[in-house]
This record gives sequence, C-alpha cells and structure tokens, in this order.
Amino acid sequence: MNQKSIILLLFALCSHLAWANTYKVCASCDLSTVEAAVAFAAPGDTLIFEPGIYPSPGTEIKKPLTLIGKEGTVLDGQKQDYILKILSDDVTISGFELLNSGRSYTKDYAAIYIHRAERFSIIDNEIRDSFFGILVEKSNHGSIINNKVFGEATREDQSGNGVHLWDCDSVHIAHNEVKGMRDGIYLEFVDGSTLLNNYSHHNVRYGLHFMFSNHDEYRQNTFESNGAGVAVMFSKWIKMIENTFVQNWGSASYGLLLKEIYDGEVLNNKFDRNTIAVYVDGSSRVNYFNNLFRQNGWAIKVSGGCYTNSFSENDFEGNSFGISYNSNLNDNIFNGNYWSDYSGYDLDKDGVGDVPYRPVKLFSYIANKTPEAIILMRSLFVDIINFSEKVSPVFTPDALVDNSPSMHPFR
Amino acid sequence: MIKIFKYSFSDLMRSRWSFIYLAFYLVLGFVLLFLNNDLSKAVITLMNVIVVLTPMIGTIFGIMYFYNSREFTELLLAQPVRRSTIFLGQYLGISISLTLSLVLGLGIPFLAYGLFQSGEIANFLLLLISGAFLTFIFVALSICIALFNSNKIKGFGYAILMWLFFAVIYDGIILLSMMIFQDYPLDNFALVASFLNPIDLSRILVLLKLDISALLGYTGALFQRFFGTSLGLSVSLGLMLLWVIMPGVLMVRKSSKNDF
Amino acid sequence: MIQVKNLTKSYGKLKVLEDIHFEIEKGGIYAILGPNGSGKTTFLKILLGMVIPGSGEIHYNGEDILKSHEYRKHIGYLPQIARFPDNLTVKEIIHMIADVREIDSLPEPLIALFGLDSFLDKKLGTLSGGTRQKVNIVLTFMFDSPVIVLDEPTAGLDPVSLIKLKSLINEEKEKGKIILITSHIMSLVEELADEVFFLLEGSIYFQGTIDALRRKTAASNLEHAIAKILEP
Repeated sequence: MNQKSIILLLFALCSHLAWANTYKVCASCDLSTVEAAVAFAAPGDTLIFEPGIYPSPGTEIKKPLTLIGKEGTVLDGQKQDYILKILSDDVTISGFELLNSGRSYTKDYAAIYIHRAERFSIIDNEIRDSFFGILVEKSNHGSIINNKVFGEATREDQSGNGVHLWDCDSVHIAHNEVKGMRDGIYLEFVDGSTLLNNYSHHNVRYGLHFMFSNHDEYRQNTFESNGAGVAVMFSKWIKMIENTFVQNWGSASYGLLLKEIYDGEVLNNKFDRNTIAVYVDGSSRVNYFNNLFRQNGWAIKVSGGCYTNSFSENDFEGNSFGISYNSNLNDNIFNGNYWSDYSGYDLDKDGVGDVPYRPVKLFSYIANKTPEAIILMRSLFVDIINFSEKVSPVFTPDALVDNSPSMHPFR
Repeated sequence: MIKIFKYSFSDLMRSRWSFIYLAFYLVLGFVLLFLNNDLSKAVITLMNVIVVLTPMIGTIFGIMYFYNSREFTELLLAQPVRRSTIFLGQYLGISISLTLSLVLGLGIPFLAYGLFQSGEIANFLLLLISGAFLTFIFVALSICIALFNSNKIKGFGYAILMWLFFAVIYDGIILLSMMIFQDYPLDNFALVASFLNPIDLSRILVLLKLDISALLGYTGALFQRFFGTSLGLSVSLGLMLLWVIMPGVLMVRKSSKNDF
Repeated sequence: MIQVKNLTKSYGKLKVLEDIHFEIEKGGIYAILGPNGSGKTTFLKILLGMVIPGSGEIHYNGEDILKSHEYRKHIGYLPQIARFPDNLTVKEIIHMIADVREIDSLPEPLIALFGLDSFLDKKLGTLSGGTRQKVNIVLTFMFDSPVIVLDEPTAGLDPVSLIKLKSLINEEKEKGKIILITSHIMSLVEELADEVFFLLEGSIYFQGTIDALRRKTAASNLEHAIAKILEP
C-alpha cells in the first residue's frame, strides 16, 4: 500500500463518518418497512428498528449499512425467500429475530445470506423456522457473534445448516448456539478462521463439519448429542483446543471424526460418553495431547492408513474400549498416557508404571469383526481371553504399547 | 415356612461363614472407598466383582448347607409339615442371610462415605438388587443339584461346574458361535442367549450403566430398542425374577417326589 | 392303628422292599430286625413320609399316609444320627421342634432326667455325640405321641442314660403306645420287644414273638436265632 492510497482511505473514512446518519424505523414512522428503510438510507447510515414485526421477504442490502433491532424486532421472511441478502461490504446486522425463510430443494434459502461481502458483522440475532441459518459465500474478514439458530429438524433433508461458510477467509465465529439443524456449523474451503465458545447441540448430522479448510482453529466449543459429533475432513493444520464433546451417541456416531487430516493439533479436549470419542481415518501427523476420554464406547478407533500420530499425556478413564485397530500394523506413538484400567505398579515411585500398557484388547478386535459380541463385554470369559492375549499378542498390534503409562491422571 | 426360615436364618446368621462373608464385603467396601474416595468408581468396581462372586458364594453355601443339614432335614421331614415348607424355608434362610451379609457389608461403608449425599444411590441399589437376585438364583440352583444328587462329592462337583458354566463356559460358547456365524444377523441370538444365563442378565444391568455409549454403537434395531430405552432394564429385571422362580419351582417339585 | 399293604420299594434295579404286608393294632414294643441293607430304615422312612413307596399303602388310623402330612403329629421319631444346626442352642432347638409340630410338649422332666439343664444355652455344634443323642431323645419323648419310632436309639449313650432310656420306653409302653424300634444290640431287643419283624432281602422273613423265633430256629437266645437264619 503506498502513501497515496493511505491518504485516500483516511479521507474516505472521515467523510464517511462525517455524513453518516441514524434513522428510526417503526410502524408509524416515516420509514415503516425494511425495504423502504434500506432503499432510503445512504451508505454508512444506521437504521434502528423499534420492536414489531416487519415483513422482509428477500430484502437485498447492496450498500454498507448498520441495521439494529431493539428487543422484540422480528423480520419475517414469510416462507418465500431469503430474509436478508447482504451483497455489500461493511454491513452489520444486530439484535433481530429472523423467522420463516423459504424452503426449497433447489435453492439454499437462509435467514441471512452473505455473498461477496467483506467485513460483515452478524451479532446478537436469533433465527428460527428457517431453512439455513446464516449462509456465507466468498466473503472474508467477517464476524458472527452471539447468535442463536434454532431448528426442529429430525431428518437430514428437512433442514439446512445453522452456520454455513463456503469459500471464506478470516471469519470469526464465537458464542453462537445452534440446535436442531442439519449441521450446526459447516465450513467448506474456509481458511484462517476461528471458532470460539460455540454451543452446537442436537443437530441431525454434525455439530461441526469441516471440509477442505486449512489453518483454522476451534477452541472452547461444546458439541453435545449431535447425530455424529464433529467431522473434520480433508483439511490441514487445524487446531482443536479445549472443546467438549458430550454424548454423541448412536451407530457410526463419534465425538470427533478426523478423515484425511494432516498436521493437526488436538489439545486439552474433553470427550465424555460418546460412542466413539475420536475416529481417525487416514490421518497423519496429528498430535493428541492432554485430552480427557471418559466413559466413551471407544476412546480411539483407528482405521485406514494413519501414520506418525502421537498420543501423550491423555487421560483414558472408564472407556469400554481404549483403542481399537482394524489392522495389526501400527505406526502411531502412544506414550505417557494415563489409563484407568492399567494394572501395573510403580516400584521406583517416579509416577510412571514399570510395566508397559497394551491399550488394544483382543476383545475389541473381536467386537470389530462380530459387533454383536459386544453383549459379552465384561464377562469373565472375555477377561480371560484378554489376559491371554496380553501375555502373548497374536491378533493385536504387537508394537502398540504405552511404555511409560502414567500412574495418575493429568487433569 | 416362616418358622423353618426363622430358625435356619438365625442358625446361619450366627455361623462363622456368614461373619467371614460379611467381613469380606466390609473390608472390600472400605478399602475401595478409602483408596479413591469416589463412590461412583467404587460402585463400578463392585458391579464387576458382584456379578462373579455372589453366584459362586451362593452356590457353595447352598450346597454346603444342604449336605451339612441333611440329618436335621430328615428330622424335619418326620414332622407334620409339608416338604415344600421345609425346603422353601431353608432356601429363604440361606438366601436371605447371604443377601443380608451383602447389604450390610457394602451398605455400612457406603453410608459412612455419604451415600445419601451422592447421586449414586440408584446405581448402588441396582448393585444390591442384582447381587440379591444372583444369590437367590444360585442358592436355588445348588439346592436343586443337591436334591438330585445324594452323593456329596458328586453334588459339590456338579455345583461348582454349574457356576463355572454360567460364569465362564457359557459365554465362551456364545462367543465362539457368534464368531463362526458372524455372516448372519446375530442380534436376536445375542439377546436371547444372554437371557438364558442369569449372570449374563445381571452383566447386562452393569453394561447398561457403564457401557451404554458402546452398546449404542451397534446398528441392530433390536439392540437399539433394548439398550436405548428403559426396556433393557425392565426386561432384565423381569427375567431375573423368572430365574428366581424357575429353580424355586423345580426345587419344590423335586423335593415332593424325592426319597431321603 | 397301622396297616401296611403290599408295600414295595426299589431304588433303580435294587429291590429294597418287596410286598410287605402286616398290621399293628395294639400297643407294645415292636422290633424291626434284619441284616444291613434288609430294608429296615427304608421301611421306617416310608412310614415317616421321608421315602415315597413304589407301590402299596400304609394306613394310619384308616387314612392313607401319602395323602396328608397331618398323621405325623401322632408319630414321634428318634433319628439314628443326631445332627442339628450348629449355631442354635439346645433351648432353641426344643422350641423349634415344638413350634413346628404345633402340639403341646413337656420337655422339662426329660431335661432334668438326662441332666441337660446346664447345656440349655450351649450351641448344638459344641456338644458331644452322647449329649446330642440325649437332646435327640428329649425331642422325641417330649410329645405325647401314640406312635414312637426309634432308629438305633442307644447310639453313643452312656450306661446310665441307657438305663434311663429303657425305663422311658417301658413307661411309654405302659401308656399303651406303639413303639417301633430298630437296633443292632440284640440284648436290648430281647429285653424290650414284645414282637419282632425280621426282614430279609426286602421281605418279612419272620413275624412273631421272640420266643416263637427262638423255637423256630431252635436257638438259645435271639442273637443265635438270627445267626442261624443268616447262615444256613
């Protein structure tokens, strides 16, 4: 950026501020409809909506505007179209209740649709009875904060996604709550973005779904009782930190699915009562550190070629199966984790067990091949065959051992 | 029946073995709670212990008591009472005294560690109920074995074999047949097979508590319905009750035809 | 009082009793004798309802004993082996049996007779065999039963107690009771019994008085008479 353009930018900004106006919108005001208010306002103006119900089927915003709804302001899409279409940079939408977008099998109608817009802000809105919640395409540097998207979907084809980003960069998504949609949050070709402290629960498919997205980070989110937890697919350099994955129950359901993921970080997460806490499929160079796996069906299920993943200082407590492999080859490192069913001893009192721990049990190998056998879990017979396999491994990966199991949990 | 029960119960409650059994649970309970001070973890450990231990103790006590008191039973048979009265009374005496040892032995440490303040009361009750069921079932089964075998050594052998069968061998056979027929749908088979073994039934109660996440990973609709709803719990408890009644009926019928 | 009709019992292929047939109408002491395995105990057990006969009937006071257990109120039984629950006291076992029979009992004179007062609060498991047999005797004679079955009553008794038992048996006989007794001690039988049933291989070989038996075998006493029967 050269000097000339900086001066131009500053000038533009000052002039903008100098002439920005604020208008009130209400049923008895001069500006009584969304369409009229948006048409009337000049770029940079602010529209403040008084409480009331405003029809807004397919309102297009093509200039930088700030729309603020006072509490109780409802924008009604009348089940026809998008409710708001944001087609300009620098638009802020805040404080609205948005109801009744259209529904279609051919068009992705959304309550808020953002297309090729920079620096958008969607804040404090509540979206109900809509097909998609917030749908963002080819837009960058925006933020989506403190919104609620509530749907009542029970089947995948009944609903769109709560927050859906496609081909975006540097978007900040924080403190949102999404429930009852298809995917809670869906990101495809989204780079350099962060998700912070969102709560995605009871969605039909995934709580969070990443596809082809790189260099993103999600932190302190909670994913609970979704159809299948969180899926991260075909992405690189994703950081997953301090999230909570709870009760994602069902066949083929998991807390976290990593499919074709490279160079990721899974740190300080909590996986509690999921059918499969982490399902790793063809992912390599992912670092799992200091996570808590508690009372999951399977703590970690490894399938396909997974290489040089590292698991250390994780707590495995009361999972039905610790680790399950579908082959007996292993190129991943388990070192220095806490395993609640470790039965070794620590004579030198250094906090590390003196005998190695084998996290893959023969029974988990059997249950992979014959799923119904799961009904025999915790049988004395199963304990006996697990013990004999532990003594001389035949079916389970021989090299898969934690050589320095911790005697105490880390968290 | 109440009279016979009253005397055999008061005899058994004063027996050394009852005290040892009670002391065992007391020590187990206190040690578990002392070691990790976590009621929920202690309940989980105990569930695994009880499923194997109560059937074994029930079997051994049942058969020992029966053979030891054979002469006295003959004296009772010469009294003007129904045979079923005598055997049901003795059966209740053994089962209830063993159950009492279990309840007191685990109840005292758990109460001392604040059972009522914790959310574990329901699981603890489930633990005691399945322990009690297993005791009743295996005492009845072992008395039946004793009724069919007047030879002590044989009867004792069969009783141990019966315990071993239900605790280990049965599951081995089921697992083996599942692996052989793994290309066929097996969920009906798996459930029915578990219903036919009281130890498996009480193990299912444990699984419902500890491994529900894994159980729901199985795709079969029947499994989903059984484990995903309260159906699993109620069916298992109902079948346990049936398992108490069946050997009880067998005991009464066999005893009415038996020569002593 | 007691009618035995065509009583047969076999365990598997082994016939223990074959077509036993007799009646006992008046009071007295009846000894049931025979070598080991002749069916003495089996017969007593059938009478007491412990063993179910293969065929045939036993009637007590005209009623089939298989139909009801009430008739056992009238039969006192002294089992061969005195074993009781180890952890009950003597007092408790006396209460228990009285409780179960639901008829009036009078144990106190018997307790005094056999000197059991000091044992009343002792656990049965701690008693010697002889003391247990005394308790056994108390349990049998404390009821006023019209029929008394004694299976080897002298086992483990000291001579003093034996004398007391004999006089007890004679007292009961005086009251007109039917007393059935088995014993290996022939002098005792000779001393007490009015009539003898001699069982051999499941059948009644001889029924009658001891004198008749002696005459039949031309022996000087009961012991020799029996030896003659058994060694042809």
